[in-house]
Amino acid sequence: MKNSAVFQQNLKVRHIKERVHRTLMSLATLTGIIVLTLLLIDVLKDGAGWLDWQFITSYPSRKPAEAGLLSALFGTLWIMVLTALFSLPIGIGTAIYLEEYAPDNRLQRLIQTNINNLAGVPSIVYGLLGLSLFVQALAMGRSILAGALTLTLMSLPVIIIAAQEAIRSVPEGHRLGAFALGATRWQVVRNIVLPQALPGILTGTILAMSRAIGEAAPMIAISALVYLTFIPISPLDRFTVLPIQIFNWVSRPQEDFQHLAAAGIIVLLIVLLSMNAIAIILRNRYQKRTEE
Amino acid sequence: MESNIASLEARRLELWYGRFQALRDISMVIPRNRITAIIGPSGCGKSSLLRCFNRMNDLIPGAIVKGEVLFNGRNIYAAGVDPTEVRYRIGMVFQKPNPFPKSIFENVAFGLKVNGITDNLEEAVEQALHRAALWDEVKDRLLKSAMELSGGQQQRLCIARALALKPEVILMDEPCSALDPVATLKVEDLMRNLAEEYAIIIVTHNMQQAARVSDMAAFMMMQEDRAGALVEYGPTSQLFTNPKDKRTEDYITGRFG
Repeated sequence: MKNSAVFQQNLKVRHIKERVHRTLMSLATLTGIIVLTLLLIDVLKDGAGWLDWQFITSYPSRKPAEAGLLSALFGTLWIMVLTALFSLPIGIGTAIYLEEYAPDNRLQRLIQTNINNLAGVPSIVYGLLGLSLFVQALAMGRSILAGALTLTLMSLPVIIIAAQEAIRSVPEGHRLGAFALGATRWQVVRNIVLPQALPGILTGTILAMSRAIGEAAPMIAISALVYLTFIPISPLDRFTVLPIQIFNWVSRPQEDFQHLAAAGIIVLLIVLLSMNAIAIILRNRYQKRTEE
Repeated sequence: MESNIASLEARRLELWYGRFQALRDISMVIPRNRITAIIGPSGCGKSSLLRCFNRMNDLIPGAIVKGEVLFNGRNIYAAGVDPTEVRYRIGMVFQKPNPFPKSIFENVAFGLKVNGITDNLEEAVEQALHRAALWDEVKDRLLKSAMELSGGQQQRLCIARALALKPEVILMDEPCSALDPVATLKVEDLMRNLAEEYAIIIVTHNMQQAARVSDMAAFMMMQEDRAGALVEYGPTSQLFTNPKDKRTEDYITGRFG
């Protein structure tokens, strides 16, 4: 057969394959979206009616009509702020050191491998670590501080890796250009690398954080599974968090508590989505500022 | 003019990347107020040599420099010499224009700021932009991002950035290889003007460019073990019309490279 005949024959097959693959991949994309939508609809249907001001401003109660998640909401906010406070400087500092300062030797590679592996450790393991290290050995008790430090440990590998990616994406030419003008390495990091890497670092950090505050397992290990009727005012206070409050309601047999759980999920989702929105706003603002 | 006074001088300079020798036994005197071109086939070590002149090789892990580079008579590789000071006094322009993603003003002010020279910043920035023949094109948009400039303007901005520090030598690593012919001519004109005040060393692939702009020319080649060595160095007119070495002649007549 001549080349052109072969080409014509193949062309049809190639186009069919093209269509088949495109359809398969768009179906794959749809799966996630459909499942998420169904989940949202289900949760909204169950919980939206129960979500009101009373629910936000009340403490947990045995009577579903009077129950609320005030203490859990404040616990989550506390944990979020403290975890961010601890993990951001340590995470960014580690990433800068590994990318900009550390010599490329066996020790550096060992640390890197360790960080990559730690990112894959199940969250319950961090919970147990937090229990024995912060709660018991360092005698912090079952406090907000112990919880935040536990989540800090859990988030750090992810934050470090995201920050490293962001730092690595800064063009080498910019660093060299700054060095050639007599900048020291810290000046290069501070004035050239960080401004460009910050949007990526923030995105990675907030994603890691929103995963962390949605976690119930490590908090259960720390034992934040308590019935709290006060707003924690100090980092050494006992606390509970939204996922645990939700878990608590879900595990009750009465149907009304299932509705409360759904309403709690809506609140948790709102908190998570606002965090992501903040990440996007910060990133856009910073990007604009560096481009101007 | 103090044209015959040496600005930079390499003495038995060697460069190693780990066990690989990149440069062998390079000795050359770079005159002031002249443009010195370094030419040679790809991989012969032209850029490596250029980076020895402002200690940029220090940034490459495993790079070791042996021999001396004298700058105003002082060895920049002597113990106690701060590479930051060397780079402050010897400017560099890179192959690909690399303006920072900051405003035009901030780009030119960057070197002054990091070195703590913040008196009359605006005046210094304007002066540098004038010298780089860029002022008229950017004077109305100094606060706009440097990324909005064309490639040729970006490269002149990078030259302005280097000039702002009032360096004594400017190193240029194939500064026109990413530019179109019109932008290239502008940069070449600029280099001729700058040579009245500075010593310029330019690495170039383009032999016509070397012939057009340079006063002195150095021809480098890789040896059998891939270490770069200086084959011939002399006035450009002589190197191009009456080369002493057969290999130089072969290269400039286009027989290889």
